[in-house]
Amino acid sequence: MAALNQFFAIYGSLVNFIGINALLALSLYLTLSAGQLSLGNAAFAGIGGYTAGILTMKCGVPFLVSVAAGSLLAGVVGLVLGLPVLRLRGVFLAIATLAFGEVVRIVVLNLDITGGAQGLVGIPNITTTWGIYLALAVSGYAIARLRYSRVGWCFESIREDETAAETMGINTTYYKTLAFTLGAVLAGFTGALYAHLNYIITPGEFGFSVALDLLIYNIVGGIRVWYGPVLGAALLTALPEILRGTGLTAGPIRMAINGLILLLVILFLPNGLASLFERGGRGKPTAFGAAVSEEA
Amino acid sequence: MLLEVNEVTRTFGGVNALDGISLAVEKGGVHGLIGPNGAGKTTLINVLSGIIAPSSGRVFFDGSPVHAMPAHRLAARGVARTFQNVRLFPAMTCLENVIAGQHLVAPRPFLPILFCLPSARREEAGYGQEAMACLRRVGLADRVHVPAKALSYGERRRLEIARALASRPRLLLLDEPVAGMRQKGVRQVGSLIQSLAAEGMTILLIEHNMSFVMGLCSTITVLNFGRTLITGSPDEVSRCPEVIEAYLGVSEHHA
Amino acid sequence: MALLAQQLVNGLFIGSVYGLFAVGYTLVFGVLDILNLAHAAVFTLGGLIALWLVGTGGLSIWTAFPAAVLCCGVLGLILDRIAFAPLRQRTDSNFSGLISSIAMAIIFESAALGLFGARTVRFPAHTVTVHIWRWAGIFITSLQVEIVGIAILLMVALTQFLNRARAGKAIRAVAENDRTARLLGIHVDGIIAFTFFISSALGGAAGILFGLYFNSLSPDMGHSIELKGLAVIILGGMGSIPGAILGGLAFGLSEVLTVAITGTSNLRDAVAFTVLFTVLILRPSGLLGRKKMREA
Repeated sequence: MAALNQFFAIYGSLVNFIGINALLALSLYLTLSAGQLSLGNAAFAGIGGYTAGILTMKCGVPFLVSVAAGSLLAGVVGLVLGLPVLRLRGVFLAIATLAFGEVVRIVVLNLDITGGAQGLVGIPNITTTWGIYLALAVSGYAIARLRYSRVGWCFESIREDETAAETMGINTTYYKTLAFTLGAVLAGFTGALYAHLNYIITPGEFGFSVALDLLIYNIVGGIRVWYGPVLGAALLTALPEILRGTGLTAGPIRMAINGLILLLVILFLPNGLASLFERGGRGKPTAFGAAVSEEA
Repeated sequence: MLLEVNEVTRTFGGVNALDGISLAVEKGGVHGLIGPNGAGKTTLINVLSGIIAPSSGRVFFDGSPVHAMPAHRLAARGVARTFQNVRLFPAMTCLENVIAGQHLVAPRPFLPILFCLPSARREEAGYGQEAMACLRRVGLADRVHVPAKALSYGERRRLEIARALASRPRLLLLDEPVAGMRQKGVRQVGSLIQSLAAEGMTILLIEHNMSFVMGLCSTITVLNFGRTLITGSPDEVSRCPEVIEAYLGVSEHHA
Repeated sequence: MALLAQQLVNGLFIGSVYGLFAVGYTLVFGVLDILNLAHAAVFTLGGLIALWLVGTGGLSIWTAFPAAVLCCGVLGLILDRIAFAPLRQRTDSNFSGLISSIAMAIIFESAALGLFGARTVRFPAHTVTVHIWRWAGIFITSLQVEIVGIAILLMVALTQFLNRARAGKAIRAVAENDRTARLLGIHVDGIIAFTFFISSALGGAAGILFGLYFNSLSPDMGHSIELKGLAVIILGGMGSIPGAILGGLAFGLSEVLTVAITGTSNLRDAVAFTVLFTVLILRPSGLLGRKKMREA
């Protein structure tokens, strides 16, 4: 117990960040699993975080209600944004969500109620490590099970070939919007948790580079399976600490290693690190692990 | 009449890919659609499956107008199709491709699956068996867990048919189902189509393989330059001079 | 009136630099259908290399400029060889190319950080002699004229090259349809490498001009222009060179005018991104673009 306490004293912050980043990575994973490349989840997290922070801090709203409100608002914005934006293909969707994210960041930067560049200061510290990891466990489990529901199969089909999916009866607009909105809700939820972690949030924490980081967590970890993004987030968040242990503390070197990892993954391990754990070759058995009988 | 096409026109940037097409497909038959390249066959299938809308004209499926419907609504009515250049889900296995095709018939609700309820297990086992049945039907029972991208060309075409069957359609639109296949595969697909028709399935197929079409179809429509030349029995079509001229460019008299 | 005219001059000036940057971006997109997100990093390295050649190497700016531009061209070749060529065969090559360009951007930026340090640096005092002219109440510096002149010269040269020279026409052929180009005997891989050379050379040139004008260079100077460059090519139409040039000018003008009208630079970028977003939703092919922007 004492050892655990000591561990937390030194690495508590890192453990929290890993949990938060993993949740955010999962929120992007939801959208990516339906084949939609969105770079707006950092902004959704910001919307959730600022909304919840303002409600708790300035309106005395109870924590859980603020978090719910933040998630809900992020979801609504996601829905409204998704409708026009999801008609765009591939990289254009990414750029549109990126532009959206930048507009949100700049607006937040210039409003008084959000504290401007100084950020929102004095948010009560309510989020605990256990809370974060409970949320992570529940989200991860739910997303894992989602894969075997009809919604999950729709997402996969749309991702593989949208036109073919349409001819199989899948309303691709509906499901793409669903994936996008669910991702926004989870991102908003995580932002709300994050806001109550360190007393302060600033606009820079929800900008373009964070959005890009989330994408990188997903790619490095792998987007074929739910634990990929979690793996990617954990590894890349902990990387600076790991490197510090080996004596490589220089900023440029750490940055170069991040870039190198991403490059090596995309060149040689395109399904991410998680693909190292998947059963080789045979593909996944059906929902409950029971292989279907192959008798003729 | 299961399917009625009324004066359907489809224009692309000034070119009439379809120019006043009319045809009718009877329930439970195999209807062939042939014509030289560029005649508009695939465009017609795209209109019939809802991928593109007609510029004018109407389509009726089982009596209801469907020409303004998007693809997923048409699929829900019982129209399934395969594609000329095979659009499978490459990363999924054969079984998974078929399971994905069960969208319309397998609700797979989230909550029972979330809580791993026994009812969900039972239903999933049932759907699994159905999917296996589709695979067996097309002769892919031994390739269950093989990723679709690893299949041979002929196997891919058959898998696409299996996936189309998974939604229990009433009308099956096949766009060149045996193109580029070897004799054995062609025969396999031919007897598959025959057995499906015998069970009451209505099939409309595009093909260039003449013996395949002539031997299988009860009615054939010939298209050329976006217009119907003739609709008739294989005999009538093979003897029609305009059809021969469309394909060979030379009328019989001058032989 | 003089104030407005002054703003127009400033806007055209910065717009020509944006245009030069955007032209390289859009050239690669037109040919490969890939967004090269390392372009901004090359922009940065161009400026820093030129600075090094002048400051430490003692070269005159007129020698350093072409030398640095050439180096950037080589960087483009490296980019193609390492990050894009190996992925050409993949079915998701646009997406994986995007990711590997992000990886290379990180690596390039870390190189800039490592080699040149994190501080903001300036060109040595007498790198360029500046005359200021006054005409009808408007101030124009000789530096501005030179920069605009070089930018326009390069853009015109590129347009002429693409229309007249054999290699230029080959590039356009590959952009239209690489399979047909191959059948016509065009060495597609070589042409693509050459395209990267030109694109990165131009991007580097833009970086040098940018650095000369603002006389402030740092490893992260690419960040500000990265998103603006995207906005410019969307506005002008992806894959269209004249579109990128016009888009750059329009963007420069709108930036300057927004600041003039609102009196503050805070919302300048927000306006820009809102415009970008609107263009994507309403007319994704931009002003002059031809490529398909929506799903099949």
